[in-house]
Amino acid sequence: MDVASFLEQCGIGITSGGFLGLIAVGYTLVYGTVGLIHFAHGDVVMLGGCLSLAILSFLVPLPVDPLTGCLVVVLAATCSGLFCGCLNVCIDQFVYRPLRNAPPLSPLVSTIGVSFVLMNVGLIWIGPTDRAFPEIFLESTRSVGGFSIAMADLLVLVIIVPPVLCLYLLFRQTRFGRSLRSIAAITRATARSGEAGKLVIAAFFISGFLGGVASVAAGVHATTINYQMGHQMGLYALTAAVLGGIGSVPGALVGGLIVGLIRAISVALLGPRWAIASVFLVLIIFLAFRPQGIFGKSKTRGGQR
Amino acid sequence: MNIQCASLSCLMKWSKKNWEIPVFTILALAPWFHPALAGGLGGQITSVLIICIAALGLNVMVGFTGLLHLGIASFFGLGGLFLAILTVPMNPLEIGFLPAVFVSVSVTAAIGTLLGSPTLRLRGEYLAIVTLGFGEVVRVLFLNLENVTGGTQGLGPIPPPGSGIFVTGIDLGREFVVDSRWFYYLSLIVLFVVVLLVRVLEKSTLGRAWIAVREEPLAAATIGISATKVRLSAFTIAAGIAGLAGCLSVASIGTTGDPNAFGFNRSVAILCAVIIGGLGSISGTLVGVTILFGFDIVVIPWVDSWMQRIQEQVFDVSFFTLGSWRLALVGIALIVVMRFRPVGLIPSRRFAAELQESQQ
Repeated sequence: MDVASFLEQCGIGITSGGFLGLIAVGYTLVYGTVGLIHFAHGDVVMLGGCLSLAILSFLVPLPVDPLTGCLVVVLAATCSGLFCGCLNVCIDQFVYRPLRNAPPLSPLVSTIGVSFVLMNVGLIWIGPTDRAFPEIFLESTRSVGGFSIAMADLLVLVIIVPPVLCLYLLFRQTRFGRSLRSIAAITRATARSGEAGKLVIAAFFISGFLGGVASVAAGVHATTINYQMGHQMGLYALTAAVLGGIGSVPGALVGGLIVGLIRAISVALLGPRWAIASVFLVLIIFLAFRPQGIFGKSKTRGGQR
Repeated sequence: MNIQCASLSCLMKWSKKNWEIPVFTILALAPWFHPALAGGLGGQITSVLIICIAALGLNVMVGFTGLLHLGIASFFGLGGLFLAILTVPMNPLEIGFLPAVFVSVSVTAAIGTLLGSPTLRLRGEYLAIVTLGFGEVVRVLFLNLENVTGGTQGLGPIPPPGSGIFVTGIDLGREFVVDSRWFYYLSLIVLFVVVLLVRVLEKSTLGRAWIAVREEPLAAATIGISATKVRLSAFTIAAGIAGLAGCLSVASIGTTGDPNAFGFNRSVAILCAVIIGGLGSISGTLVGVTILFGFDIVVIPWVDSWMQRIQEQVFDVSFFTLGSWRLALVGIALIVVMRFRPVGLIPSRRFAAELQESQQ
């Protein structure tokens, strides 16, 4: 593999790592506030992808020139983000909230149940086969200084960078964001009280919103969507969240980039059929040496859940 | 009939605590009650019994020891794969069924130990994701190492147990192929043995050490229980039992089948069955698996074929199948059970007591 194609793979890795990171932030926020691995998150993202597919194929006759294309995609991403955010909050309020007192593994089964239901909704909505995501731009590549850059990759960056900046501002600069971060330090039990209840709703909404935005990026990146994509991307994103140290927002973003890079490089070196195995192998080896992930806090009590 | 009733009531009295005896007696007699149970449904009920075995293995880890394991199906698949490698005519080994089961269960248990040893210092979610990842790695290896595993086709044909053994002039191997009741009884006997084994383990020193480590690792350490060793033993036993179930499964189907059946979905389904049944409860595990997988494998195809017949008679076309809503039905069932019985359908006494304590 020469240097140019290696760099190209790294580019693919960074763009896919970007939206995987956004999805991973969703896992990490929910885990940080209610201590739950939200297995249905990937399927929420998948439904966001279905909605954005519907919007994009309904709104404008595509493909179009770059500026209109960006506007249309940003609109679709916002809509699907709002949809996924509301969906996530509804799921939490109706399904998980009654289980805050339950033994720790019971809500986990509920998340799996929700995941099955959402996957079935996706199956009915877009059917069992791959659906092509519409081409946004007239020209698919543009050359800048000798490198040819895929317009789709640029578009993915356009979609991903603003939410990441917003996240940074939210968590660093606002009181609200700081309290959202600190809630992770409090026990699960407080998630029932009033003020904390609002924070839980906010966490689920933000997690869903980022997932919805990421779903558009994923659709543009992969050019197809299907009803099982949530499942697969969910696994990658969950890996990213754990790799970064679950509960840590920057950890999730960094973990997403790492997972994206590993995946792209292993696709180039070994072929796509080994991608998921190499990601998980790296994860297992990494966790054997650093059990709390990159940014995770070291454990305080041995072996407790 | 009278004698049967009398003996049953006698058994009931004797077995107030030993619920296995009546349940397994009924299951053993089941093929005589209804011809459909012996014939068409036989194979499917057998696969539910086999999954019960794997779920009991998972229960040792998740229920007794409190370690979240999301890759049990990979051990199920590994057990089956080793059995297939050791017995298919394609490979030169071709050792008999029983030694092959013995070898593959031991190798699967050893792999469980190998996975367990570097990962035991991980906390709950990290361990869960590592086992999940291990399961996916195994599935991908199954799919891609075609010359060992047969890829998506699977490895086969696996000779039935007892082939080449003649008892009073009857070829046992042929009997296993012709009559599905043979596998039904084989699985039933193995399930019974595993239930007894898990019960004995639960009451043993090791079982109490599992629960001690689950509840209070620190207190357990102060009285000299090594959490690492205890957890590792749970890892090993769970892997071994799941491997045994895998052996039975591939032997009854005759091939290892599509490796995707050993992936994350199957692991998660077995975990859900254990949790809705009631963590740490043997009877709960059996009930959970029977409800979840019985619904999925037996009830839905049966209802679908029935509805299709009616729809074709009335409207000439079949436009609605339960199968296309299968995922949603299972999902709603999981949500509803957890909403109204968060500790599971038949919780173990200890878990039930804990929940009451925490609510007061």
